[in-house]
Amino acid sequence: MRFLLQRVAFYLFTAWAAITLNFFIPRIVPGDPVQSLISRNQGRISADAVASLRVLFGLDSDRSLWEQYVDYWGQLLHGDLGLSFTFFPAPVSQVIGDSLPWTVGLVGVTTIVSFLLGTALGVGAGWRRGSWIDGLLPATTFLSSIPYFWLGLVAIALFAGPGSFFPSSGGYEPGLVPAFDAYFIPSALQHSILPAATILVSSMSGWILSMRNMMVTVSSEDYITVAHAKGLSERRVALSYAARNALLPNVSGFALSLGFIVGGTLLVEIVFSYPGLGFQLFQAVGSKDYPLMQGIFLIITISVLVANLLADVAYLLLDPRTRKS
Amino acid sequence: MTLSPSSIEQVIPGQGAMAQPSARARRRRFRFVANAKAATGLVVLGVYALLAVIGPWIAPYDPDARSADVLQAPSARHLFGTTHLGQDIFSQILVGARSVMVVGLIAGVLATVLSILIGVTAGYLGGAADESLSAVSNVFLVIPALPLIIIVASLVDQAGELLVALIIGLTSWAWGARVLRAQTLSLRRRDYVEAARATGERTWRIIGFEVLPNLTAIIASGFVGTVIFAVMSEITLAFIGISSVSSWNWGTILFWAQGQQALAQGAWWWFVPAGLAIALLGTALALINFGIDEFVSPRLRTSGQGRIRTADGRTVRMRVGFTPVLAPKAAPVPMRRAAENTREDVNP
Repeated sequence: MRFLLQRVAFYLFTAWAAITLNFFIPRIVPGDPVQSLISRNQGRISADAVASLRVLFGLDSDRSLWEQYVDYWGQLLHGDLGLSFTFFPAPVSQVIGDSLPWTVGLVGVTTIVSFLLGTALGVGAGWRRGSWIDGLLPATTFLSSIPYFWLGLVAIALFAGPGSFFPSSGGYEPGLVPAFDAYFIPSALQHSILPAATILVSSMSGWILSMRNMMVTVSSEDYITVAHAKGLSERRVALSYAARNALLPNVSGFALSLGFIVGGTLLVEIVFSYPGLGFQLFQAVGSKDYPLMQGIFLIITISVLVANLLADVAYLLLDPRTRKS
Repeated sequence: MTLSPSSIEQVIPGQGAMAQPSARARRRRFRFVANAKAATGLVVLGVYALLAVIGPWIAPYDPDARSADVLQAPSARHLFGTTHLGQDIFSQILVGARSVMVVGLIAGVLATVLSILIGVTAGYLGGAADESLSAVSNVFLVIPALPLIIIVASLVDQAGELLVALIIGLTSWAWGARVLRAQTLSLRRRDYVEAARATGERTWRIIGFEVLPNLTAIIASGFVGTVIFAVMSEITLAFIGISSVSSWNWGTILFWAQGQQALAQGAWWWFVPAGLAIALLGTALALINFGIDEFVSPRLRTSGQGRIRTADGRTVRMRVGFTPVLAPKAAPVPMRRAAENTREDVNP
């Protein structure tokens, strides 16, 4: 319990640091592109919204840095991330709220599936070196070296022609209203197959490889020999003794690489025009919508933090040693 | 008789090498290159490095030059076909190689040096230094690097190569630092490190000569991983049109291909070569990484792990914890019996 509280405190600190970084980025980078956007939209933006954008991007330079910082926090705690220029009257928080479920559904599910599947294959490959799974490694390495977005482009070219079962873009059939009903859910699933497969194919090999190498390392430990000598079944030694210990570094590796994976998967959304955060970020970049970009960046960072905390809890459950010390 | 030379060397450590240490050292160096994976990776990487240097000189056309051959499929005149403006894609790939390699190298070196400095120091020193350094690296770790790079690069108008490389290098060292710290933590409690400390070795010497050599694999894989990540990030930035489109790299090609609907027009040659070039570079780096891993930790090798002939002519599958008795060329009878007993012991 003490370990967990320490971790929570640590992640709170990290969140504070990330938000502070988000505060400083637009203030350090030379030029103030938001100013020009505000003046271009003069008269269309309410005075309140202009004030909030000034706080977010450090345009209220008559105030001291500390006052700006306090204002910034006050605004964030109210959930005010400014106005989006792309989706004009809509506030950033609303745009993000609309697209977050899509990203969590696509990226979250595929990441977990990829981790579980890759780890299982890695256990097999590490325990029986030289078997057919080892033969797969070069192929998976090649696949993982391909940029996610390029694999997505190829997948669209190969599988998503006119009249194909796989749609080439979007998150659901245009004309449907997002709701939990018999029309929307199958359509959403159908649209997610190709992006999910793309992410799965390119992200899985890392898990296979790291798990294989951990299995090989662990399987020469003394306790494995003892387990063999006790006459335990092959399966039991492999799963309960070797795999259980080999899993620990893989779980922390999972937490570590979440930030990278999320970055990569956002690109898949761009290629498939999937209505998640990545696609919004792409649109925001295209139209220089800085408030939306900053908001998305903040939300992605906090999501990764939460996922890290969850991975820590998993580690805690898996490794009794962390509970004791 | 199918055992690899390295396993034999493990059985008879240092045999024949005591007299000529230099010969042994040469053989060890040779063995890394002899590893098929590492050799393949190094050869491919060498070709890329060569292209990065001479690419712009041997390119048959100016990558920007327009011509009348609009959207041509690959042919003898245009090896990889042409774009919607009649630009030669083969030349664009050749010219783009330099930018990709330079950014990958700068970012990789920067990130690796930072990760060693921060990770090993934190892991070895412990205490308050560890706490603060870990805090810094955790902050950089959880902040998803790619969105951060996108935001910083898009705030700077038309970010150039060097700036992109610096941004990538400064944001992607944390992963290596955390892994290095964890490994250093476990190493510093090992007996040989304790022994070195007990004999009064200086801290920098323990770190440099006892700890760092045992981190080689992690440092190498961290470097290779960062280079792959840097290349991908640079290409991504160009693909979504943030970094400067005036200089060619493979992402710029993909940017124009996507923007001109190459997919819908069936112009596969527009985006396939660039993607394959990236994938081949990534694979080569990963193969070098495997080679280093297997060199440092011979257990990871796949070779020599197949079926092994035993004394009585049967084949046995090598498994963890087994000590096979190999078929001798002319086995005397008592030894044969002993061999059979051993085999029964280990083979349930």
